[in-house]
Amino acid sequence: MVHSDDKTGNHPEPPTEDNSEPERIPVMQQILDNPFLLLFLGITIPAVFYVIWGIMEIVHIPIAK
Amino acid sequence: MATNEQYRICPATGLRIYRSAENLIKANAVVAVVFLAVGGLFGFMVAMTRWKAIHLLPAKWFYLVLTAHGLDVLVVWIIFFEMAVLYFASAVLLNCRLATPKLAWTGFALMLIGAVVTNIAVLQGGSSVMFTSYVPMRAAPHFYLGIILFAVGALIGCFIFLGTLIIAKQERTYKGSIPLVTFGALTAAIIAIFTIATGAIILIPTFLWSLGYISHIDPLVYRTIWWAFGHSSQQINVAAHISIWYLIAAVIFGAKPLSEKVSRFAFLLYILFLQLASAHHLLVDPGISSEWKIFNTSYAMYLAVLGSMIHGLTVPGSIEAAQRRKGYNNGLFEWLRKAPWGNPAFSGMFLSLILFGFLGGISGVVMGVEQINLIMHNTLYVPGHFHATVVAGTTLAFMAVTYLLIPLIFQRELILPGWARVQPYLFGLGAGGISVFMMGAGTLGVPRRHWDISMADAQLPYDFPGAANLMMGLNGMSAVLATLGGFIFIVVVVGSLLFGKRIAVGTTEAASGSGQPAASAVGRYGSAEAPAVPGTLAMVGVFFITFILYYFVNWKYLAEIWPLR
Amino acid sequence: MSISPPQEQLWWNEPIPKSELIWITTAFLWGLVMFFAMIYWHIAGEQNLSNEAYRTTPEAFAAKTEAMIAKYKVREEGGYPVVHPLPGEDVYLIGRLWQWWPILELEKDQTYRLHISSMDYMHGFSLQPVNINLQILPGYDMVLTVTPDKTGELGIVCNEFCGIGHHTMLGRLYVVDHP
Ligand code: HEM
Ligand SMILES: [Cu+2]
Repeated sequence: MVHSDDKTGNHPEPPTEDNSEPERIPVMQQILDNPFLLLFLGITIPAVFYVIWGIMEIVHIPIAK
Repeated sequence: MATNEQYRICPATGLRIYRSAENLIKANAVVAVVFLAVGGLFGFMVAMTRWKAIHLLPAKWFYLVLTAHGLDVLVVWIIFFEMAVLYFASAVLLNCRLATPKLAWTGFALMLIGAVVTNIAVLQGGSSVMFTSYVPMRAAPHFYLGIILFAVGALIGCFIFLGTLIIAKQERTYKGSIPLVTFGALTAAIIAIFTIATGAIILIPTFLWSLGYISHIDPLVYRTIWWAFGHSSQQINVAAHISIWYLIAAVIFGAKPLSEKVSRFAFLLYILFLQLASAHHLLVDPGISSEWKIFNTSYAMYLAVLGSMIHGLTVPGSIEAAQRRKGYNNGLFEWLRKAPWGNPAFSGMFLSLILFGFLGGISGVVMGVEQINLIMHNTLYVPGHFHATVVAGTTLAFMAVTYLLIPLIFQRELILPGWARVQPYLFGLGAGGISVFMMGAGTLGVPRRHWDISMADAQLPYDFPGAANLMMGLNGMSAVLATLGGFIFIVVVVGSLLFGKRIAVGTTEAASGSGQPAASAVGRYGSAEAPAVPGTLAMVGVFFITFILYYFVNWKYLAEIWPLR
Repeated sequence: MSISPPQEQLWWNEPIPKSELIWITTAFLWGLVMFFAMIYWHIAGEQNLSNEAYRTTPEAFAAKTEAMIAKYKVREEGGYPVVHPLPGEDVYLIGRLWQWWPILELEKDQTYRLHISSMDYMHGFSLQPVNINLQILPGYDMVLTVTPDKTGELGIVCNEFCGIGHHTMLGRLYVVDHP
């Protein structure tokens, strides 16, 4: 593994060439670059809206007289 | 240490291909294709039975074979292939070694054992319950056990994909964000994890119930959770085959997304909303409120449909942009006319795109309208719809990418290139045909999963209109074409793996084999300078008009049935 | 390329091409139209499910059905009782291996509360050729308020697989003019 030492600033290459961040990364891009946040959202949303809400509906079906 | 693992450099793409990832991709793809062959044959027998003039199988065998068909193609073929896609999109595209290859082999073994066990259960005859296995109809315990083992194996594959993303990031094998295709694969993996979790929630109790440890499983709860598994697994396919469309466009044309932001955002809409559509299956079930049904069946206001419609523009749009950069600039469609239609990877991909959008996409949205579902639920319209999505869409896309994988990963030349050239057309035509004709039969009310619509043995017979039999006959003929297309695919793939000329390491041709310029020839351009894509806009315009017309026609059909509340 | 990391590291800041923007807006608006169409149909359309349902047992449901048959049976056909209930009444239909029981005779343009349930596995209520299709589950009494609007002899096909006799599971329903 190579750790390039470009935080010093006097690096010969243009700053965009490595993993240094020339500007702040926009929030949406940070979200899209974060697999585990996406995993969390992708499980929670259907679990809440589809599964849990659905099961609650079924539980509340009244008993026939 | 694992980092010193062996790899080779792919001469076409310059990517590092690690031995362990390569072997896993090979193994998963090969097993997938074997199950496609078996399952496809079952599908052929089913179609021949539903063709009245032939009526091939006796009832008992029909239901057995239909169960096996659904399982082997929908579950085993597709998910094994998806494992190969996940490993490819992570290890190969990120230039990285695969996380814990040993564990990946364990997952592979579990999947294979599970698939075999479930197949044995079905073929033994006591488990003809259809792949949906609705309670309280009982299958043999090892039927459920096999599916559970298979799912655990697939879950391991998903985590290895995620693990590989982490390693690639830590070891800095790429710069910036992951490639779009890998992001699409990530979408598929996330949906897969939800899918498998819900599958475990419902199938483990069902397994215990089949053994007698649990006395009762509520059928409505079963259907609700089972479909979180059953329908979401189809959404894995969508995410996976759209990634493959982008992949093929990139390899053959050097295509670059029109805008990274838009394409990734469309995948994000999938991650957030696609899985809600499991509600499609419960629209005419008792007791669940219309609020739940409308919210979920519309993927929260059709936001996932928005995602699909975006991909429907950006995939062909990226091809058009790449072609126009190469100078195919005349008129609306020169870029498309001059595309390599003789290259099965391209023709398969493009047919998949068209058939999936026009047949599968539109019919799916229409059938998923809460009220319109009343005139379609459980008719043959349903299998008609999903043969457009999962056969003409997913399966054809997977076939197309296989034509790229053979030289790239297996390092073999294709045998019988002439056969390969016609294969996508044959299979696409056949699959399109079975979709259209089953949908046609469905609008006439013909039931799915039904051995004999002439109702010869019924006490109170009912006659379907003659057109229904015509539809089933045309469906049978299309099935012959699709089967032929499938057969050629199997022959070409298996033949190439066994007898194809080995491509000497270091001289691998660009995978397309079509004489197209190498991918990297296309220069860099940012979104701002991306060329306009008028041809693609015209295509999506036609799509949009078709969509609207078909949508409203079906409301009109609905308005003709009995008033009911 | 789609198979390599984005060239522009801050890709989120790139402007969206106009063609895409037009299409995204169109598709989004179309989604809203489709979403509100379902709600609109609940208000203005005539074909909606009320989703009225009750938890029941096969025994309880069968008892109600047999009581209705005893009260309103008008004749028999091939071993099936034919029942002609009064308009507005609660009407019961059983799905079981492998029949729809009994034969119902309803009057045109009258409204009935139709209860359907299964005695065993799941079944699919598929009224032909009208083409109304419902999922019928054991343990749940599904209620719909129906108004047959054409006379005729209709078939009830089962369109959920329910075992080896599934394709023989057929029922009948008559819609007749008001006597
Ligand atoms: C040669 C190609 C194929 C032919 C001719 C074919 C034909 C059919 C037919 C006629 C049915 C029966 C519909 C019914 O009676 O309900 C069916 C069901 C089905 N097919 Fe295919 N099919 C093919 C390939 C595929 C593939 C590749 C997939 C998945 C990727 C697939 C997935 C399914 C599923 C999930 C069912 C439903 C099974 C069930 O109802 O339980 N088919 N197919
Ligand atoms: Cu039945």
